[in-house]
Parts: sequence; structure tokens; C-alpha cells
Amino acid sequence: MTPFDYSRAGDVAEALRLGGAAQAKFLGGGTNLVDLMRETIERPAALVDITRLPADIAEREGGGLLIGAAVRNTALAEHPAVRRRYPVLSRAILAGASAQIRNMATVGGNLLQRTRCPYFYDDAGSRCNKRNPGQGCDAIDGFNRNHAILGASEACVATHPSDMCVALAALDAVVHVEGGHGKRQMPFGELHRLPGDRPDQETTLQPGELITVIELPSQSIAARSTYRKVRDRSSYAFALVSVAAALKLDGGKVKDVRLALGGVAHKPWRALKAEQALRGGEATAEAFRAAAEAEFTDAAPLRDNAFKIELAKRTITAVLAELAGDAR
Amino acid sequence: MTADRTAAPAAAIRINGVDYPVPADPRVSLLDLLRETLNLHGTKKGCNQGACGACTVLVDGERIVSCLSLAVQHAGRSVTTIEGLASEAGLHPLQQAFIEHDGFQCGYCTPGQICSAIGMASELQRGVPSHVTPDLAADHIAPTHDEIRERMSGNLCRCGAHNGIIAAIRGTYAEAAE
Repeated sequence: MTPFDYSRAGDVAEALRLGGAAQAKFLGGGTNLVDLMRETIERPAALVDITRLPADIAEREGGGLLIGAAVRNTALAEHPAVRRRYPVLSRAILAGASAQIRNMATVGGNLLQRTRCPYFYDDAGSRCNKRNPGQGCDAIDGFNRNHAILGASEACVATHPSDMCVALAALDAVVHVEGGHGKRQMPFGELHRLPGDRPDQETTLQPGELITVIELPSQSIAARSTYRKVRDRSSYAFALVSVAAALKLDGGKVKDVRLALGGVAHKPWRALKAEQALRGGEATAEAFRAAAEAEFTDAAPLRDNAFKIELAKRTITAVLAELAGDAR
Repeated sequence: MTADRTAAPAAAIRINGVDYPVPADPRVSLLDLLRETLNLHGTKKGCNQGACGACTVLVDGERIVSCLSLAVQHAGRSVTTIEGLASEAGLHPLQQAFIEHDGFQCGYCTPGQICSAIGMASELQRGVPSHVTPDLAADHIAPTHDEIRERMSGNLCRCGAHNGIIAAIRGTYAEAAE
């Protein structure tokens, strides 16, 4: 591990001041960053520990929740309001990592974990545009069974590993950010970037900016929501494909729907085409399948991962059918 | 777990009830502090990347993997390792149960398994749901075989003693709850 300076911030103002140093990074639970530092893939000159910042989950005026960025993943998953009003979020968190990792990882850190693939870690033997911009990508023509099928580029085909973020994408979460130039908020979908020609830049945050709060808007649709993760073993593995969905029916028709996918792209993938196809239509297995087809018209499989397209379509169809069945 | 209920001093890490200075080098993981500096070799280093759970310890009662945790982050916290579980009266009940249920073969994963199970039991008791919990809104979650299996999936046993491990945990916690 490359040497670094360590400091601990007592409040947001102190975190921003310390985080303004050159080559500084904020440190949450460390479950991704410490691992990458040990591999010398990440080499920050300074770490600012933000795990002692406020870690509250508060009711937002007019409904919704305000989740402090230092809240641990377990604390968010077990919170009564999340379990009852946003079950998709509890389910997604509990489908990720292990209990020990969930106890350590912060909500803000979960959002900012690296989009990654095995070639990203293979510093000694592989080319990676994320690790060394401009170097090339050995995953595109390599073993790419678990890589992206949507929104990838010639430069990078890695997938975002978070489960929690897929739920947040479906729930229209809002990310509160503070930096040297003040506060701003952005829709969750604008936080992460698609790789384009700069896969090393994974978010739209400016240097030194800190995620302080994740806001969940009040959404009655979220009460009927769930998360399904398909993976190679039944626990403690990244998703091949995952689906976060919420559904509201009116008679036999889809009144409203939220749909997001994990394991398919460089960022949590909000399935807007499928949502559009579903809204106002019949709540039938045929319609659910047709909506899933619509989402994947632009899918671009690699050598080993074409199976994900059919897997994702079937998973979407099954999850929507499950939610529709619950509604009847 | 420690008799001392007061908080650890801000500049120290309390480990099994004894206060130790925070390492000067912030690169030192909690795991390496335990093993290399304090000679507490009960906590094991398996993968050193958070995948195997052999290094699981309890920090303020919560189970974490000590390999991915910088020691300096735990200033003012209380850490319990496998060495802190037994008392003069004898083994911790879970340690005894691991013996009775053949919950290990080589023993390398055992300290992590036991610390993890103790953390798991308190999570269950306060109603934390898991991936296999059918009803998220339930106030009480039964420590079934499937629940324990899922909740212990962050601890690997290469000898394949998982069935004995789960039996030991159920024997200690499920029967007490029933």
C-alpha cells in the first residue's frame, strides 16, 4: 500500500476542508477502497475518514426519507420505514455482499465503489482503460461472461456491482452533494456515467465533492416493490442480472411502474424504454415480455455474455408477474 | 463482551478489554494489528480481501472483516476477538457447541465463524432481515436452517464443516429462542 496521510472529519465542513487536499479521497467503510489500495490500483495521498459524520435516517417533510451518507448498509436495510415503504431497497441491500461487509460499508461508499471487472484488478497481466487510461481493454476479447450488454463502449465493458444502487435508481433517489462551491442536488441517474472514452471517470462529482445525503422521495408505488438477483451461487456473488421493480395496477392495467437493472451496464440501469412500454398497458405476461424486449433492442453482447439478454428479459417478466400477482 | 462498560479512550483501541495505542502507520489493518503487533493470532488471515470471513471480529458488538478495515479507524472502539470469548468459568457456549457438533476440521476458519455467529445472533435478535426472510415487516425472525445458512455465507469453510457449523449455531441460539 502506498503511504498516505490519515485524518478523521468531525463534520461536513471539516471533511470538505480536508478533502480539498491534492490526491485526497474520502474513506467510508473501506470495503472497496482499502482493497484497491492494497493492490496499489488506488494510490491516494490522503484519506479523510468520514465514518463519524452524522449517520441519521430522518423522515423528510412531506414524506420520503433523508439518509445520511455515513449510514451503514445494514442500518438502512433494517430500518422499519425502509422495510415497509421501500422494500425493494431493503431487499437489494440484503442481496449484496456479506453481513460483515454490509455492517462496514456506508451508503455513500456503496454509491462510489468502483465499477470493475477482473481485468481491472489484474495489474500485472492485463490492459485496462479504467486503471491506465488509453492502455486498451483486455476484457472485450477476453473472458467476458459477466460483462455489460447495455451502454458499454470500445474502452470499457465492466458492470457496476452495487445492488443497492439498482434500487435507488428505480426509486428516483436524489443525491445531495457538498463541495467547495456549495451544495447541489442531482437525480440518482445523473450520478454515474457510462464509460464512453473515459471509463476512469465513473461519476459526475467534481474533485473534493462529498455526498452528504441520499433522499428518497415519497412514493406510494414503492410499497409494492421488490428486487430479484440472479447469480452463479445463492449468496455472496455479484449479479449476472438483477431487477428492481415497483408496480401499481389499476384494474388489469399498469397505472405506473419503476424498473431498473443491475449487472448489465457500467452504471445502475434505469429501464425507461420498458417503463414507457408498460405504462397504461395491460398487466399480462405477454405485455411484460414485450416491454423487456423493448429495453434490449440496442443490447450488444460480447463473446460470452449473450445469455444475459434472455436472462434479463425473463427476470423482468417474472418479477413484474410476481408484483402483479401480489396486487390481485 | 468486556467487563469494562465505559467507552475506550479516543486515542486507543480497546481489544478484549485492554486498551492499546492506535498504530502510527495508518496503513496497518485491524487484522495485522491483532496478529503482527499484539500477537493475538486467533484471528486468521485467509484471503485478505474480504471474501472468506476468516478475519471476522466484533467491533462494538458488530461483526466486520478486520482485513479491510484500517486499525486507525477504530480509535475509541471496543474490539472482541476469539481470545476474548472464553472466561475463567469455561468456553463460550458457542465454542463448546462447535466441539459438540463437529463444527470444524482444520480449525482455520473457526475463530471467524464463531465471532461471525455471535454478531449474527445479535442481528437476529434485533430483527435484522436477511435475503431469505419471507416477510420484511416481520418483528420476529426465526433462526431457521435457511436463515442461518444465508447469514453465515460470508464465512467460508474449505473443510466443508458447514453443516456442523450451522448445527452448532442452531444448538446455541435457536433452541434457546424456542
